[in-house]
Amino acid sequence: MSTIYILWLRQIKRYSRSRARIIGSLGQPLLFLVALGFGFGPIYAKAGGGDYIQFLAPGIIAMSILFTAVFSGIEIIWDKQFGFLKETLVAPVKRIKIMIGRTLGGATVALMQGVVVLILASLVGFRIENYYYLPIALVFMFLIALFFTGLGTAIASLLEDMQGFQLIMNFLVMPIFFLSGALFPLENLPRAINIVASLDPLSYGVDGLRGAFTGQMHFGFSLDLLVLSVITFLILFLGSYLFSRIEV
Amino acid sequence: MYMNQENIIKVNNLTKKYKKFIAVDDISFNVKKGEVFAFLGPNGAGKTTTIKMLTTLLKPTAGSMRINGYNPHKDQYNVRCSFGIVFQDPSLDDELTAFENMEFHGVLYGLKKKDRRQRIEKLLKFVELWERKGDLVKKFSGGMKRRLEIARGLLHTPKILFLDEPTLGLDPQTRNLIWTHIKELNNREKVTVFLTTHYMEEADKIADRIAIIDHGKIISRGTPEELKEKTGKESLEEAYLSITGKTIRSENAGSIDQMRMNRRMWHRK
Ligand SMILES: Nc1ncnc2c1ncn2[C@@H]1O[C@H](COP(=O)(O)OP(=O)(O)OP(=O)(O)O)[C@@H](O)[C@H]1O
Ligand SMILES: [Mg+2]
Repeated sequence: MSTIYILWLRQIKRYSRSRARIIGSLGQPLLFLVALGFGFGPIYAKAGGGDYIQFLAPGIIAMSILFTAVFSGIEIIWDKQFGFLKETLVAPVKRIKIMIGRTLGGATVALMQGVVVLILASLVGFRIENYYYLPIALVFMFLIALFFTGLGTAIASLLEDMQGFQLIMNFLVMPIFFLSGALFPLENLPRAINIVASLDPLSYGVDGLRGAFTGQMHFGFSLDLLVLSVITFLILFLGSYLFSRIEV
Repeated sequence: MYMNQENIIKVNNLTKKYKKFIAVDDISFNVKKGEVFAFLGPNGAGKTTTIKMLTTLLKPTAGSMRINGYNPHKDQYNVRCSFGIVFQDPSLDDELTAFENMEFHGVLYGLKKKDRRQRIEKLLKFVELWERKGDLVKKFSGGMKRRLEIARGLLHTPKILFLDEPTLGLDPQTRNLIWTHIKELNNREKVTVFLTTHYMEEADKIADRIAIIDHGKIISRGTPEELKEKTGKESLEEAYLSITGKTIRSENAGSIDQMRMNRRMWHRK
């Protein structure tokens, strides 16, 4: 228990001390909210979609959680390269505990990031329509955070150095974001995109989040929750396995 | 020096292959409880690989080992409780303070809070870092980092301390200080020390016994005096050179060594 806690605490401390990282990671969501929100807003309204910021903000919150979470997971590569990982691996503790502590820490950091972006979104005009659903929104935010931290950890366990990082950002994380329904509604899409979007884990997170904040939904809460819980469980399992095989 | 006949490290016919390449080739040796044992050899000889196998980080290809009576592969938990280690490459978290690095270690090793705080204070004072306990490690010099790693390696009162080139890249004053600390520990707390270094005069001063490894094989062993006698040389450095030859080992410098060099440059600006 204390092992998990200290690993969790380490992630939180590292995050809260890197002010540049926090501020830097807010620039992108802000840009998306302002440029897309105000840029596409009029067309979206004219097409009968309503207020685009209301639609967009949950997607952008999900995006920032996605990026922060994957990054937290990938940080294991740094630990590997800068040697700290060895210190944890020779300690008399089970690797599964190390994995759990790190993942919870990374997910908490990503969740905090999501909350900050939520506040930011409110500043540019986003309204939470029903505050009773706020806890549900937080659950979805945490599930997104947990799943993608797990995914980052699993990938990082397989990589030797940061060279593969760009590859992962461009061919995995970006497509996951752009094809998730974060930016556009999943209704009336070309068939191919529709299929891809329903295979995209983030689609379910975005949908749950949007439902909780604004009531607009595509899949519905129960499907979102079911899919996210199952894949989160699977990825943590896979991540633990891969992590347990790391040799340094 | 305190020593008895009991062997705290036993190694028999240990071998490690990386794919086809044999990094450690059928070596056997024992380390007695309470002694300072130096494992010397040129770059790429297999020292770090041996230490990794002894400390449960790497699975041997063949052979058997006992650390404090336990098998590093079957009984990882007990083996891990038995030793402290200072790795060849830095292994601190630069974004945490000196105290937090110690605290992290103490919690991982299951030390109770009161005991932990006392030991941390004692050890940080011992390595003369207590005044700087609240500073982020990234602000430390190479020597301070090394001393902190040594203090950390001792926090859980291990029976054996592995030191893989603890004085690499440090100035003579710091090296001297570190060896004085280590000798003192060995005398006072009876910690068995297993070390590697490329500074022969250091090994000469501190080691009770030496094994020399080259190309994965142990090619000579004995006390510093015995090695000098055997080769008819005045200093351990000369004895070492006459045993290992004067050619530079670079034929096997693979990507791993490259990465390591990069890492060192990163860390010791
Ligand atoms: N993961 C690995 N994969 C392949 N080869 C490796 C790996 N790790 C080490 N080697 C090789 O095994 C040999 C022994 O390496 P080792 O690190 O044990 O040497 P060393 O005695 O510690 O050298 P140094 O004094 O430079 O630290 C080297 O030739 C090295 O290139
Ligand atoms: Mg080495």
